[in-house]
Amino acid sequence: MRIEVDETRCEAIGNCAAAAPAVFDQNDDDGTVVLLAASPPEDERDQVGQAVRRCPTSAITLHEDAR
Amino acid sequence: MTESKSIPIGGRSGECPFGPAPELYEAQKDDELHRVKVPSPLLGEFEAVVVTRYEDVKAALGNEQVRMGGSMPYQAGNLLSYDGADHTRLRRMLTGSFTTKRARELRPTIESIVESALDALEETGRGSDLVRVFSRPIPTQVICALLGVSYEDREEFQCRTEIMLNFEVSREEQMAEAAEMEAYLAGLVARQRERPGDNVLGNLVRDRGDEVTDSELVGIANMLLIAGHETVANTLSASVALLLRNPGQLAVVRDDPSAIEGAVEELLRYVAPATILPRQTAEDVRVRDQEIEEGQLILASVLAANREGEDLDRLDVRRPPQRHLTFGYGPHQCLGQQLARMELRVALPALLNRFPQLRLAVGEEELSYRTGALVFGVNALPVTW
Repeated sequence: MRIEVDETRCEAIGNCAAAAPAVFDQNDDDGTVVLLAASPPEDERDQVGQAVRRCPTSAITLHEDAR
Repeated sequence: MTESKSIPIGGRSGECPFGPAPELYEAQKDDELHRVKVPSPLLGEFEAVVVTRYEDVKAALGNEQVRMGGSMPYQAGNLLSYDGADHTRLRRMLTGSFTTKRARELRPTIESIVESALDALEETGRGSDLVRVFSRPIPTQVICALLGVSYEDREEFQCRTEIMLNFEVSREEQMAEAAEMEAYLAGLVARQRERPGDNVLGNLVRDRGDEVTDSELVGIANMLLIAGHETVANTLSASVALLLRNPGQLAVVRDDPSAIEGAVEELLRYVAPATILPRQTAEDVRVRDQEIEEGQLILASVLAANREGEDLDRLDVRRPPQRHLTFGYGPHQCLGQQLARMELRVALPALLNRFPQLRLAVGEEELSYRTGALVFGVNALPVTW
């Protein structure tokens, strides 16, 4: 899987970092998203799915490719 | 647009205070958006378009032309007084202090604050009012920590907050207390300017001291106090009231740490303390297929939107994750939501474990709910154990 984040949509709510802390963090300055792993391992799939669903601005897209 | 009757600003059912007023369900069933008259203690009667469906509320709150506008009184430094670029500027100064990471870092502080509240409850004894001894002090003390209020000042700060946010004292008394609080906060800001501490105000002064004015700092402190107190306090009290009448679910919250995150989300969905979110259109907007003209007041019913769907009028802390709009949506979505979640996750199990036999000290029918207030909750919750 490959994760794409639209930083212009990010409102720094942090649900992604809460759902998948190994994949998403929040920048210390203004709390906006920091993608730690654009192609995380399969065992993060559930957490990443939660992060996608719980992002209040739909800023995260999950692609099923490894490009 | 369908002309509708008057609904009280709290929008709760007379029969079950946790549920939406029947007028809201009627509006939700109707494809056409309803225009309602709202009697409000603060604003007199006003007219607004009420939005009740989940997708409609999201669309309205996420629409750039749906703004705070004049829907709330102006206060420098309060995020709800700003829109657009002015709002983003102020909000971005604060988001770094309200990350998930920060909420986790604050956990030990929250735990210690909760322990003190539990000690106070034990000391005041059986029959104590949980609202006064437990629910209100916890968020107040958390805000004290956030703002860098010194330990010596915390009790006074607590008392001031109680009076300031108590709608039962006279308006003059409330305003007098608000003025004193503002003077106190101005002093706090001055101290942080001199020696910035490790707290929200201090960090702002240190990182962006020349970008933000003193009056904005005071406004920010005031906003955090108001926004972070009523909401959390009432969710705590209402959650306890709900769990006491659902003992199977109470046991889940008390005994299963792996279930607490989901349980708190469900309680947030169900209680929806900020029942109605007011907005004003800056231009003509469309919600679904309907036009709302420029300058129109909108009331987004979080409560109704949270109930839209199968079986959602029932509290179920074991429910698989259910979407909700309790923290709002769009640019003004609750800044403190991760902190609020942390407070609830810590406080509820701690209370139920300290007092495993917790129960109401009065009959359920004696409880009175804040159905007329802007933030819903229970007025008092006398408990025993």
